[in-house]
Formats: sequence, C-alpha cells, structure tokens
Amino acid sequence: MSDILTMTALELGRKISAGEMTSVEATTEYLQSIKDSDDKYNCYVTVDEEGAMQAAKEADDGIRAGRLKSPLAGVPVAIKDNMCTENLLTTCSSRILYNFVPTYESTAVGKLRESGAVILGKTNMDEFAMGSTTETSYFGPTRNPANPEHVPGGSSGGSAAAVAAGECGYALGSDTGGSIRQPASYCGVVGLKPTYGTVSRYGLIAYGSSLDQIGPLTRDVSDAAAVLTAIAGHDSKDSTSIDRDGQDFSACLKKDVKDIKVGIPRDYFGDGLDDEVAASVKAAADVLKDAGAQVEEFDLSLVNYAIPAYYTIAAAEASSNLERFDGIKYGYRTEEYAGLHNMYKKSRSEGFGAEVKRRIMLGSFVLSSGYYDAYYLKALKVKALIKKAFDEAFSKYDIILGPVAPTTAPRLGESLSDPIQMYLGDIYTISVNLAGLPGISVPCGSSRAGLPIGVQLLADCFCEDKLLRTAYTYEQSR
Amino acid sequence: MSTDYETVIGLEVHVELATKTKIFCGCSTEFGGEPNTHTCPVCTGMPGSLPVLNKKVLEYACAVGLATSCDVTRYCKFDRKNYFYPDNPQNYQISQLYLPICRNGHVDIETESGIKKAVRIHEIHMEEDAGKLIHDDWGENSLVDYNRSGVPLIEIVSEPDMRSAEEVIAYLEKLRMTISYLGASDCKLQEGSMRADVNLSVRPVGSEEFGTRTEMKNLNSFRSIARAIAGETERQIDLIESGEKVIQETRRWDDDKECSYAMRSKEDAQDYRYFPDPDLVPISVSEEMLDEIRSRQPEFRDAKIARYKGEYGIPEKDILLITENKHLADVFEETVSCGAPAKKVSNWLMVETMRLLKEKNLDPEDIRFSPAHLAALIDLAEKRTVNSTVAKEVFEDMFDTDCDPVKYVEEHGLATQNDEGALRETIAHVIDENPQSVEDYHNGKEKAIGFLVGQTMKAMQGKCDPGSVNRILKELL
Amino acid sequence: MNNVISDETIEYVGILAKLELSDEEKEAAKSDMGRMLDYIDMLGELDTDGVEPMSHAFPVQNVFREDEVTGIDMRDKMLSNAPEEQDGMFVVPKTFD
Repeated sequence: MSDILTMTALELGRKISAGEMTSVEATTEYLQSIKDSDDKYNCYVTVDEEGAMQAAKEADDGIRAGRLKSPLAGVPVAIKDNMCTENLLTTCSSRILYNFVPTYESTAVGKLRESGAVILGKTNMDEFAMGSTTETSYFGPTRNPANPEHVPGGSSGGSAAAVAAGECGYALGSDTGGSIRQPASYCGVVGLKPTYGTVSRYGLIAYGSSLDQIGPLTRDVSDAAAVLTAIAGHDSKDSTSIDRDGQDFSACLKKDVKDIKVGIPRDYFGDGLDDEVAASVKAAADVLKDAGAQVEEFDLSLVNYAIPAYYTIAAAEASSNLERFDGIKYGYRTEEYAGLHNMYKKSRSEGFGAEVKRRIMLGSFVLSSGYYDAYYLKALKVKALIKKAFDEAFSKYDIILGPVAPTTAPRLGESLSDPIQMYLGDIYTISVNLAGLPGISVPCGSSRAGLPIGVQLLADCFCEDKLLRTAYTYEQSR
Repeated sequence: MSTDYETVIGLEVHVELATKTKIFCGCSTEFGGEPNTHTCPVCTGMPGSLPVLNKKVLEYACAVGLATSCDVTRYCKFDRKNYFYPDNPQNYQISQLYLPICRNGHVDIETESGIKKAVRIHEIHMEEDAGKLIHDDWGENSLVDYNRSGVPLIEIVSEPDMRSAEEVIAYLEKLRMTISYLGASDCKLQEGSMRADVNLSVRPVGSEEFGTRTEMKNLNSFRSIARAIAGETERQIDLIESGEKVIQETRRWDDDKECSYAMRSKEDAQDYRYFPDPDLVPISVSEEMLDEIRSRQPEFRDAKIARYKGEYGIPEKDILLITENKHLADVFEETVSCGAPAKKVSNWLMVETMRLLKEKNLDPEDIRFSPAHLAALIDLAEKRTVNSTVAKEVFEDMFDTDCDPVKYVEEHGLATQNDEGALRETIAHVIDENPQSVEDYHNGKEKAIGFLVGQTMKAMQGKCDPGSVNRILKELL
Repeated sequence: MNNVISDETIEYVGILAKLELSDEEKEAAKSDMGRMLDYIDMLGELDTDGVEPMSHAFPVQNVFREDEVTGIDMRDKMLSNAPEEQDGMFVVPKTFD
C-alpha cells in the first residue's frame, strides 16, 4: 500500500497544506485504491469520482490562495450513506431510497466541505443503520479488510472498512447503539461517538432520533479529535443540537492521565465475553494504570436492562421515522397496485429489508393503543434509571473502560439468524446512547486469528476532552 | 309516550395562525403560490430534515389561551400523531397530546335569543396543518400540494357544553372575535382559516349520562354547521328510537346532499401511536414570557362596547358595528382622538367605508387611510369647505391612496367658492339661459328651482355650497 | 414464550405500519415479536414508580426560530425525486376525503 493510503488524515493534511503533495494527487491515489480493492470489500455504495476530483482541485486552489486553513483541507473522506449529500445519491443502503438524490446537504457534511474536505463517496451500511454487521444492506455486505470472510461490524461497516482498507483518509459514521464504535473495533480503527447533540443531525436520515449521533472513524485518536472539531457545533436547524462552538477538541491531546480515575464495570466482564477480548481490554487498562491513571473495578448497575430498553425506544422511534418512506415523494414505488393503501403496503414491503421490517413492526406494536405505557413509557423510565446509574459512576470516575463488543468480528452469515443473539452483541455500547454519553473505541490488539480488538472508553456528557486525552495517552503508551 | 331528546355538542376548532412562516420551517404561509413553491425539505418530509419551532406560534397560542381564561401549561411538549395519508408528508403530524399548551379555560357566550352561558375549554394545542389534495374527477389519481403543509394551527377543544346550533354559532363567533382581536388569525370559515369539527350525541332530557358521540368534519359555514347539527341530531334519534345503536365514528358532512356519511375504512385503524417527538425539545413557559404576552393583550370587544357607551355617546347600533372588527375600532378611536366628532366618524366608517370595502371586496384590515386624514376630511365637510358630494369624491381617493384631503382639495381646486359676486354672476347667467324653468318656477312649480340649482352647481364645477345657491336663486328670481 | 402474538395482531400492526407480510414473513414476525416482547418484559423487574420518563438525555429547552421567511423555492429539484409528478405536484393513487 502506498504511504498516502496509510497516513493519518492529519499527516496527509499537513503534507497537502505544506505543498509537499496536492489534494489532487492524494485523491487520485485514493480513487485508484477504491478501484483496486472495493470489489473485494464493498465499502462504497457510491463513488463520486468526478465530484471528488473537482473538490480536490478546489481544495488545492483554496490552500494556495490561503483561504483554506483547516488541518483536514484536501484530505479525502468517505461518508456513511445515511447522511444527505446535495446532488449525490443517498440510499441508506435500502432499496426504498435506491434513487434518492437529496436537494440539500446534511450539516456535518456541509461543515466538512467548508473545511476543504474531498468527498470520495458514500459508504455501505446496515439498511437504515439497523444491524451490527453491514449484512442487511440492500447492496450486499461489506467485508472486513482484516479478513474478508468476516463482517466489518455495523452499522457503519462501510466507513470502518474503508478507513482500514486505505480507501479513504477518514470517514463519517453514525452511532445509534454502537454503530461507530463496534465496527471501528472490528476493523481496527478509532471510532468516536460524541455527546448527543454535539454534531448536528440535520440531514442525517433518522433511525432513533433521540439516540443518533454522527462521529468520525479514523486511523488514530488525533484524527478523531480533528474531525470532531470540524463537524461539531450548534446548528439552528437541529433543535437538539448543543452549543459547543469554537471548541478545539485537539487542544486536549496530551500524554497525561495522572489526574484520571478509570472505573471498570465488573458487570462488563461476565458471561458471554470472549477470553481474548477480555484479556486485551484488561491489558489496555494496565497500560493506563502504568501511565499514571488510577484504575479500579466497580459495579455499574442495570447493564442487562439497557438492551430491552434500547430496542423498545429505538424501534418505536424508527417505526415513526420510517413512515415517510411511502412511495410518493421519493424513492421506490411498487410497479402495480390497487389504490392508495395497497400502494403504501407494497412499496414499503418491497422497499424495506427483513430487519427493518422487524423493527418497524415491533416499534408500531409497542406504541399501539393499550401498550404504550407498558412498553414505551416503561423503557423511557428505565432510560432515566440508566442515566442515573451513569451519573453516579461519573461522580466517582472520569472514565469508564470496557470492551466494545463481546467478541471479535463474526464470520459473514453467522449473526443474522437469531435477532436476540444479535442484539445481545450490543450490550456494551447501547447504554451510552441511552444516556447521551461520548464514547470511543481504540484498537487494543488482535485475536490469535488476526482479528482486531478495540477497547471502549466512556466519559460523562460534554467531557470529550478527558475522553480524548485518555484515549490519546493509551494510544501513545501501548 | 315519546321521549324528548337533548343534543349535546362539543367542538374541536382548528385555527390557522397568522404567522409569516410555517410552524417548523421558514417557508412562507402566504396563500396563492404555485403548487409546492412554498416548501422545503422540512415541510415535505424529506429524509433527514428536522423541525424547529416558530416562536410566534407559541406566543399566539399562549395569547389565545390567556384570552379564554385557560391555564398555560408551564412545561409542554410536542407529540407525533402517526397515520398514513398523502397530505401528511411525514405520515405523522406533529401535534400535542400529553402536555398541550393550554387547559381548563372558558368563554362566555350570549346567543341571539339571549341565552347566556360559559362554554368550557378542555385544552388548546399547537399542531401543523396538512397539505392539499387535488382530486381529478375523471382520472385515477390525486395530486398533492404541500404549500399548506406545516402552516401553524391551534386546536381549541371545548367541553360538551353546547346544546343547540345557536349556542355553537355564538361560541364560534365569540372565538372568532377574540382571536381576530388578538391578530392571531383572521378566522375565516369559508377560506378554511377556521375549521370546526362537531362532536355530537343525544340523550333523553334529564339524563345525566352522555350518549355515544359522532364527530362530523367538513363544515365550512355557519349554515352548514346548523344544518349538520340538525341532520345528525335527527339521525341519532331515529337510530335510538328504532332500537339501534349509535356508533362512535367520524362522519363527513355533505352540504349539497344535506347528509353525513361515515368515513370508515379497514385501513383506518384510528390508533395514532402518539409519543413525544424526539426531534423537538420541551417548552418551558416562564412567568416573564406570560407577563409580556399579557401586557400585549388588546382591549377585547366586550370591554370596548362598555367603554364606548360611556365615552362616545354614539348609538348602540354604531358601537356594535364598529367593534365588530378591531382594526375598524382602532381607526374609529384614533380618528376621534384627532378631534373629529364621534358620530361623524362612525357615519363615515359605517356608510362610505363599508360601501367601498364591499365594492372592492376588502376586509376592514385592508383600510389604508390614516385616521388623521379622515379627521381632516370631516373637518373640511364640517366647515363647509367642501360639500358632501365633493367630500365623498375626496374620500374615494383617500381610501385608495391615503391622500391628504386638504392638499387634494387644494390641488384639484375643489374648495367651495366663497366669492358671492362670482356666484351671483353665474346664477344670473343660468337664469338668462333657462327662461322656461324660470317661468315654471313663477307658475308655482317648486321643482324647477332644483334644476336651476343643478345647472349652477355644474357651471361652478361643484365648488359651491348648495345652500347659498338656493338662497341667491330665490333672491334673484 | 409468554407473549403469543396472534394472526390478528400481526394483521393489525401491518395496517398501522403499512407493511404487507407474506405468510412466511408473518410466521417469522409472530415468533420474533413474541420473543422480543418476552425479552422486553424483563424491564418489569425494575421498580420505576415515581421515575420521570426520560425523552432527552439532558434538559435542553425552549429552542425556537424567529418568524422570518427563509424558504426558497426548490420545487423542481424536489419533484425530480418523485416517482410520479404532474403540474408541479406529487401524483398519488386517488384518495377520497
């Protein structure tokens, strides 16, 4: 692999800004890399060669003219295909949006473009971000670059695999229940889920609106901090967006954890956790301890309740969010139908895949008359309890450390058959979304089979600085 | 022995708010654009779009709540109401179920026949309007226009406190008056900016329990409301008398056929799966905000009527007409405060202003002339600087262009000629020219003098006082 | 399975969600939903009396926009995504109000 394809985004950005290389050269190299390897990995749904070359030229001009000063200017990026890109196909890896070309840009992508990013294309994902393997995509599964017989994780599997395979400098993903952190862990890259509201959701095609958050997938922690700085910020178009303007998330990157108290939930190391994963994660904790952090185990309650609460809330929100896909305004409409309701039913039944339909059915049921209190409201109350449990934990610890997923990446076709088994795989990532917390997955080793393992670090809401500093210290110390 | 029945009616009134933009996006609410030109990703339900609340909608909703003695909910939220229909681009409507903005209010009504009562308001909530479906009678399709999609509405839900069409109309009139005084809506039933759904049940007189109710939609005039109430009351009594049951359902009133029919379908589960909209954040209404809204509340009609009676000494008929519209009342008050006599002002408003509004198909809100100019015109007429015909002519121009009447009279040379010498000369000339009329007059035909006055006015181009003309004519004859 | 999902329930949820499942899909949906609900029933073990349901993880309130027109007409671009379009409008199978 060429140097360009293994460089971090910041290294590449520095070379482009310094004139040692042009964005056009870097972009050409990446486009070639996609041509060479994407048949094998299927990271991309859409590659925008023309748009990318145009953006690269503009980035070079902007840098030369002194207009573009972002450390990421000119660096090629891949965008998960659930973020609307103006004039560029956006499918959510679903047949129901197979031909949808947005007339507007999602705020996060718009911010990247402003900072001179070169968008290479749109990455494959689990359909509507529902899944943990990128196998529910209408456009076929993405394969793990570490071993193509295995899944890359999901739902941001295309983004994670593209970073790992050298098919982009960095990527954007979205995380509703672990969809950035888990594929990052499976593919051996860094994945950051910011505090809910830090990155605008405008233009992100919603799955679970109260849980969805956009974040970066990168080659290292410094890149993640730089990308977050570029995409974070208050957006008047998103009522749930938080005002954190002007925060430079790179400023906190020091190799220093002497003031950091790390808590390791005992409950995270129980049944179901793979031994190799457990060993790697514990070794990561030791690295932080050696670097001066205070590390201890504690009991984080309610861990097992996060999954049912999450699936109730996410399915309910999804059932409503996905009602707009009806064959009228955009996307797929069935060929033959008799009347309006038949058109709705056929278009949606043919347009959505099995997992999406499963969650829509569940979500519609838990909100239906007579069940709302017992299921949805109950789940929102449990969410409050889970949030409280984290509040208590963060009154004692700065960082919570644990695994990202119970195992390394499973083989293709192994996970989908049993939904509950599949949902159990989200046990370490899901409660973070319920509580709105920031979390990061950092590579911490690999299995004997050569599959990557990630360690997950969590911090309290708005404490990305501590989170990134700890992750950076770990990365630099291992 | 036949049973006497009582009709029990509650109303759900939708009012379109007079904001410039839609409830959750910056699209214009203006009427009459080409289809789908007042739309954006938000109000057409594009994937990834998000709603942000228009502050003015909240202010209007609070203002209406305060004006109808409601408790304003200090912590309220929006909920999604999920149902599939093509006029609803997201296939859910953003509305309020669990924590509506206002609750527990009432309005006092008085019917034509003098019944006075309070109609209680259960709640007022904010929501978004749907788009428009255009039906092609011949084709197999309908067309969707989302220009109205996302226009802000408040829904005012009454308790079942009304017992007749007369009470319903008095209640709607009262709401219309209150809301239009606030400037929160123009409340026009025909144009759909005010829409009423009627919940109706019947029960034997004296019974405490309510009967099964139906909900009737598509009522767009007071006339159709009255007819629908009569028709539905009869239908329900017939059902009960014949031993059948009234089914709780939504019915659509067909004003042409004068009957209602059920809007049922297997695909209509009427299970809206309400839940808090995660895209919107809760609203906390502060005391300061309420104080500010309170301080902006206008003097409402009842208070105005009482004050006018004491303050202006004009007939009750005038008071009722002028206070019918807040803008008209404002013009009246300001014109009087410019020094014009109250009765003269009310005359100008009730006669000439109303005539021109009607002729030009305008509303009192469209009045453009300034009160100062109306006062100046009244002054010119009072001082007989212009005669009444000229005054009307000036007023017509003022109505259209808000011209200054003093300047207008000057520029067009319309002031009455006070030069009696010139007038006498003209009259002498008119007498010379019309010997037949002079003779008729002398032969006792009083009418002949009218002709001579007219000829004089014509020769003077109207710039003279008819009284003076009469006097001088008689003198010279 | 404690939650047994009937054919009627699947039919009813299909009407709500506007999904038409094949017989095979229906059987799978009945079993999936039953098992998921059994799993969700686990939440019943927790005492949530007096707990305020939490929609948002932290208390952001009062986000408004001013009443100013910002919309621009993008009708033609928007309609270019529609499966069927006529006279500047979206075409749908005939509806009766």
